[in-house]
Amino acid sequence: MPNVSFDDLLADDGRVEPRDPMPDGYRRTLVRQIAQHAHSEIIGMQPEGNWISRAPSLRRKAILMAKVQDEAGHGLYLYAAAETLGVDRADLLDQLHTGRQKYSSIFNYPTLTWADVGAIGWLVDGAAIVNQVPLCRCSYGPYARAMVRICKEESFHQRQGFEILHTLSHGTPGQRAMAQDAVDRYWWPALMMFGPPDDDSPHSAQSMAWGIKRFSNDDLRQRFVDMTVPQAEALDLTLPDPEIRWNDERGHYDFGEVDFGELTEVIKGNGPCNRERMAHRLRAHEDGAWVREAAAAYAAKHAVPEEGAA
Amino acid sequence: MTTPPSTLFDYVLGLADDALVSAQRMGWWISRAPELEEDVALANIGLDQLGQARALLTYAGAVEGAGRTEDDLAYLRDDREFRNVWLVERPQADFAVTIARLLVLATWQSELYVALASASDPTLAGVAGKAVKEVAYHVDHARLWTLRLGDGTEVSHLRMQQALDAEWPYVEELFAPTAGALVDPGALREGVLGRVEEVVVAATLSVPQVAPAIGGGRRGLHTEHLGHLLAEMQHLHRSHPGAVW
Ligand SMILES: [Fe+2]
Ligand SMILES: [Fe+2]
Repeated sequence: MPNVSFDDLLADDGRVEPRDPMPDGYRRTLVRQIAQHAHSEIIGMQPEGNWISRAPSLRRKAILMAKVQDEAGHGLYLYAAAETLGVDRADLLDQLHTGRQKYSSIFNYPTLTWADVGAIGWLVDGAAIVNQVPLCRCSYGPYARAMVRICKEESFHQRQGFEILHTLSHGTPGQRAMAQDAVDRYWWPALMMFGPPDDDSPHSAQSMAWGIKRFSNDDLRQRFVDMTVPQAEALDLTLPDPEIRWNDERGHYDFGEVDFGELTEVIKGNGPCNRERMAHRLRAHEDGAWVREAAAAYAAKHAVPEEGAA
Repeated sequence: MTTPPSTLFDYVLGLADDALVSAQRMGWWISRAPELEEDVALANIGLDQLGQARALLTYAGAVEGAGRTEDDLAYLRDDREFRNVWLVERPQADFAVTIARLLVLATWQSELYVALASASDPTLAGVAGKAVKEVAYHVDHARLWTLRLGDGTEVSHLRMQQALDAEWPYVEELFAPTAGALVDPGALREGVLGRVEEVVVAATLSVPQVAPAIGGGRRGLHTEHLGHLLAEMQHLHRSHPGAVW
C-alpha cells in the first residue's frame, strides 16, 4: 500500500513496518523501549543464572538452564527488532554498559534462595506477561511479532515458577518457609514492574496515542493483582499485603500502596544489586572482546570468495 | 563375554559423570559468554550433556539395582565415588579452554557413541544413538571456534594455542583401559586424535607435544577441583535430606 501515511496507518490500527514513514519521536521512543526491553532480558539472565550450578535436582537444573537460555533468545529477538529501526546491537549494548539506557529494575534484587527462582518465574515472568501481551498488538510490526514469540515462552516460565513454589509450599517445613520468604521479598518489587502510577508517568499518553502502549500502568498493575491473588491461594502462600481483599463494587482486588520511593531509588542505581549486575555484564563483555575480535578477523580473512567457489 | 553388573555400573557411571561434570562447567557460561549467540549455544550444549548424564545415571542406577535415582547418584556421592576423567573437571572460565576441551571431549564422545549405538547393550545403544546427533553439533561448534580463534587475531591464536597446550595432557586418559568398557577405549584413539588434529592444523595451530597427566578419574582419583565443583552442585540438595524438589 504506497502513500499510506503514518497517521492513516495508526488510525486504521494497521502495522507500521520498517520502511514506512514514521515520526522521529515514534522511532526514538521505540528504540528506547525495545532496547530497554532487550537489556532487561539479558540482565535478567543473571539472578536466575545464579542458581544453575546449585539447582536441587537434575530436572530442575535442566529446566532452569533452558529458561535462562530462552531469556538470551528473547534478547536476540529484541535487539533484532530494534535493528530494524536503524540502530545496531553493539551500539545499544554500549549504551547499556555506559548507563545511558536502563533495564528493568526488578533484576536489581538478589536471588538469595532456590525459592527465589520460583518466585521470579511466577511473579516476575507473570508481571512481564501482563505487560507484554498488549505489546503483541503494538503498532510497530517487528516489535509486535517478537512479542508474540516471547509471550509464549514467558507463559511457560510462569508455569514453571508456579510449579517450583507449589512443590516447595507442599514440601518440608524448611522448603515451605523458603517459598514464603521468597514471595514476601518479590511481591512488592513485582508490582513496581508496571512503572510509576499513572499520574506520574510522563511518556504514557504519547505512547498510547502512537499505539505502542495500550493500557495504563495502573490498569496493568490491577490486572496482575487480580490474576495473582487466586494463584497465591492455590499455592497456599500469603501475599505480604494485609490490604488485599476483593472489592465487589469495583470488581477487582484492592491492594495496599506501592512504595514508589523504593522504585525511584532502585532506578537511580541504589537497589541491592545494581552494581553487581552491571559489573557482571561488563566483565562478560570485556572478557569476550578478544573472542569477538577474533571472529571478525576470521570472517574478514575468509570473506573473499575464491574464483568459481559456490 | 558378559560384563559383571558391578563393572558395567562403573563404566556407565564414568560416561554419565563425564557428561554431568561437563554440563556443570558449561552452565557457568550462561550470562557470561562473549556474545549473546554464544550464551545460547553453550547453554544448548550444556543441556545436551545434562540430558545424556541423566539418561546414563538413570541407567547406572538400574544396573546397580539398589534403587538409586539420577539425583541420588548426582547429589549424594562424594568425589571419590565420581568416575569422570580429569579433562572435564578442571576450571573452565576461559573461552579458549572451553573450546579446546569441547573439541576433544565431543570428538571422543562422537566416536564412542557411534560405537556404543551398535553395542550389545540395548539401553546404552539407545542413549548413545540419540546422543550421536547432539555431539555432532558440539564437535561442529568447537571446530568452528577453533578455526576462528586459531586463525583470527594474533592474540586469539596465542590464547587458543595455550589452551590446547593446557588441555592436551588430559587427552590420553580418555583412551586408557577401563574396567567394564563395552567399547575398547584404546580403539578410539586413532579416530579421535585424527579428527581433532585435522582441526588443529586447519586452524593454523600446532598439535602439542606434552606428557600425559597421570589421571585416575575412572578409579575415583581426582584433581582438587572436583570437590569444589561438587560442593557447590550438591549443597542445597544435601541441606534438605529427603526433600522433593
Ligand atoms: Fe524473557
Ligand atoms: Fe522469562
